[in-house]
Amino acid sequence: MLELSGSRALVKALEREGVSVIFGLPGGAIMPVYDALLDSGIRHILARHEQSAAHMADGYARASGRAGVCMATSGPGSTNLVTGIANAYMDSSPIVAFTGQVPRAMIGRDAFQEADIIGITSPITKYNYQVRSASEIPSVVKKAFLIATSGRPGPVLVDLPKDVQTEVAGMEFPDKVEVRGLSSPPDPDPELLGRAAELLAEADAPFILAGGGVRISNAHRELVRLAELLMAPVGTTLMGKGCIREDHPLSVGVIGMHGSPLANTLIVKADVLLAVGTRFADRTTCDADAFCKEAKIIHIDIDPAEIGKNKRVHIGIEGDARKALVGLIEELAKRLKGERSAHWYERIKQVKAKLQNEDGDGLSPPRLLKRLRRLLPDDAIVTTEVGQNQMWASLHFKAYGPRNFITSGGLGTMGFGFPAAIGAKVARPDVPVVDIAGDGSFQMTMNSLATSVSEGIPVIVVILNNRMLGMVAQWQRLFFRGRYSAVEIRPPDFVKIAEAYGAQGIRAESMEEFERAVKAALGSDVTTVIDVPINPEEDVFPMVPPGCKLEDMMGV
Amino acid sequence: MKTFIFGTLVEHKPGVLQKVSNMFRQRNFNIESITVGPTEREDVARMTITMKGEEEDAVQLEKQLRKLIDVLEVKLLDPSETVVRELALVKVRADDWRARSDLVNWANIFRSRIVDVSPDAIMIEITGAPSKIDAFLELMKRFELLEISRTGITAMERGLNRIGLK
Repeated sequence: MLELSGSRALVKALEREGVSVIFGLPGGAIMPVYDALLDSGIRHILARHEQSAAHMADGYARASGRAGVCMATSGPGSTNLVTGIANAYMDSSPIVAFTGQVPRAMIGRDAFQEADIIGITSPITKYNYQVRSASEIPSVVKKAFLIATSGRPGPVLVDLPKDVQTEVAGMEFPDKVEVRGLSSPPDPDPELLGRAAELLAEADAPFILAGGGVRISNAHRELVRLAELLMAPVGTTLMGKGCIREDHPLSVGVIGMHGSPLANTLIVKADVLLAVGTRFADRTTCDADAFCKEAKIIHIDIDPAEIGKNKRVHIGIEGDARKALVGLIEELAKRLKGERSAHWYERIKQVKAKLQNEDGDGLSPPRLLKRLRRLLPDDAIVTTEVGQNQMWASLHFKAYGPRNFITSGGLGTMGFGFPAAIGAKVARPDVPVVDIAGDGSFQMTMNSLATSVSEGIPVIVVILNNRMLGMVAQWQRLFFRGRYSAVEIRPPDFVKIAEAYGAQGIRAESMEEFERAVKAALGSDVTTVIDVPINPEEDVFPMVPPGCKLEDMMGV
Repeated sequence: MKTFIFGTLVEHKPGVLQKVSNMFRQRNFNIESITVGPTEREDVARMTITMKGEEEDAVQLEKQLRKLIDVLEVKLLDPSETVVRELALVKVRADDWRARSDLVNWANIFRSRIVDVSPDAIMIEITGAPSKIDAFLELMKRFELLEISRTGITAMERGLNRIGLK
C-alpha cells in the first residue's frame, strides 16, 4: 500500500485514467491539488472563468469521445461551474468536475467560500460525491470516470474538502471498480429488432432520425449502411448533425423548429419513423403530440427512461445504438427483396440543388456559412454559440462527420461555443476549429481569448455581428409586434478586443474580405477573431412558431 | 388517478434521500409519502414510495428512479399481493370522563393502543392500512384533536416474493 496525500492520490488516479489535460482555475480550497499537479505530466489549462473551464472540458469530450476534466475551488469557483455542468448534462456529455471544499470540520458552518455544491448539482449531474476520507480517492476517481462515460454519458462531480486533500493515507489503486447502482445496458431485444425490421421493410416512406446517441455510440457507419439498405432519407437532430455526411445523397439535414425545409417536409410524410439515440426534444419535434402522428415509430435509446417520455412509440428498443443498428441491418437484409424504389429521391435532388446555391448577395449569414464550408477542410470542427448564429449554422453549414459539429443543444447556453472550441482544439490540434458566434454570445465568454492566446491554442471565431441579441429580436419582431426590448447591444470593437488579448482581429465587410480573413486565420498560429457585420434585422427562416406543428413551418 | 407503491433498495449513506426527493420535485411527480429505514443488510436502506398518477407516470417514475446511481433496485408492488401499513400517533383532549370512555371504546374497536394518558389528554397509537387510519381519524374529529403524526406507508409483498439485489 502506498502512503500518499489525498491530492497526490488524486493526481495519480487521474494519470491512471489516462487524463492528459485539465481545464480549471485554482483557489484556496483546491490549492493542495494544484501543488500536486506541478509534479505531474498532466497539462493544466488555465481558464479565466470556471464556466469556460467546464465548457472547455465539454468541447474536449465531444471532439474526442473521452471524458473531459475540469477543476475549480470551493464556493464561487464551484458555482461558476454550474452552467457548464448543466450544459453537459442536457447534451449527455461526459465531463468529470473536481471542486475544492472547505475542510470537513467547517462544512455546514457557512464558512468562507463554502457552497453546498453537492446539493446544488444533484439535479444536473449523473452522479456527485463528496469525498470524506483521503483513502477513498483512488476508487472514487475510478468510479467517477466509469459513471461519466458508460451507458448514456453525463457529468460527474467530485467534491474534495481541503483537509482530505492534505490527509495522508494508505492508498490502493484498483484496476476495476464496481458501481452496483449502475446497470449496464441490455443487448437490444432480437424479437423487437425483428418486428422493427418487418415494419421498415414494409414501409412505403421510411424516414430515419438520428440523434446524439448515434455519435456517442460511434454508430454513424451503421446508420449510413442502414439508410442505404432502405434507401431512406436521414434527418438528424441538432445533436446528431454530421452523423451522416451532410453531402450524402440520403442526408436531408436537421429536423426541428429551424430545421431544413427538406427534412421537415419529408419527416411528416413518413409512414415508418426510425428514431435512434434521440429524446424527441421539443425543439426537434415542435408539437410532440402532432409529430409524425400517422407514422409507426420505432425508438432506439440506451436510456430506457427516454422511451415513451416525450413521445409514445410503437416499438421501443432499449440498448446501445450501434448494437441495435447492427442487429437491425441483419434482420433487414433477411427481409428486403429486390431494389428499393425511392420515388421521392428525385425530389430531394431538386430541392437540394436549389438550396445549395449561394444565392443573394452581400454578407447574408447563409451565404457566409456556405462559403466558410468551402474554405474549411472536411475534417474541420465547428462549434457554435446559441441563437441565430447557431440556427444559421445548423441550416447552412454542412457537417461531414459525427464529431465535427459541436453545439449546446439542450440547455442552449450562450457563451458555450468559444470555450468549447478551445477544448475541441486541445483534443484535435491537427484540425482547424471554428466557433460560429454571434456578438451577444461571444461577449459572454470572450475572456477565454486570454486562455486561447497564452496557452497557444489557436481557434477561429467568426462573429456574425448584427449588434443585436438576434434571436430574441427576431421573436420580438414576429411575436411581440416588433417592440424591441433590451436587444440592441452596441457591441465593442471586436478587432480591438482581439488585439488587446494578443489575438488577431480582422473585420470583413465583403465576401472577398471574409474569404481572405478565413484564409489568413487558417494560416495563422494565433487565435483569430473575424468580425463580420451583418444586417441587424435578418431573420432565421424557415421557422416553426412555438407551440405549432412541423407542418406549420413558415418562411420557406 | 391511481395510487402506486414502489419498494426500492438504495445505498445506505447520507444524501440519498435528498437525491431521490430532488428528482421527484424536479420531474414534477405527485408523491404522497416516502419512508426510509435500514434493512437486513447494513449497506442497504429500503424506501417505500407512494405516488398518485396515471399508469404512464408510474412507468416513468420507475425508470427515473433506476437512473439514479444510488438506487439499487425498484419494484412496483402489486396491491393485491402486498401488505401495506402505516402507523399514526393521535393526541386528543380528554379532560372529562365521558370523552375518555368513548375514546377507550373506539380505540379498542380499531385495535389501536393507548400509549399515554395524562389528566387532560390521551395519545393513541394506531397501525393499519391507510384507509383504516383515515377512518379512525375521521371519528376522532368528534373530539378535540391536538396532534397527529403519521409515518407514511411501508409495504412488503406476501409469500416468498421480495425485492432482492441482483
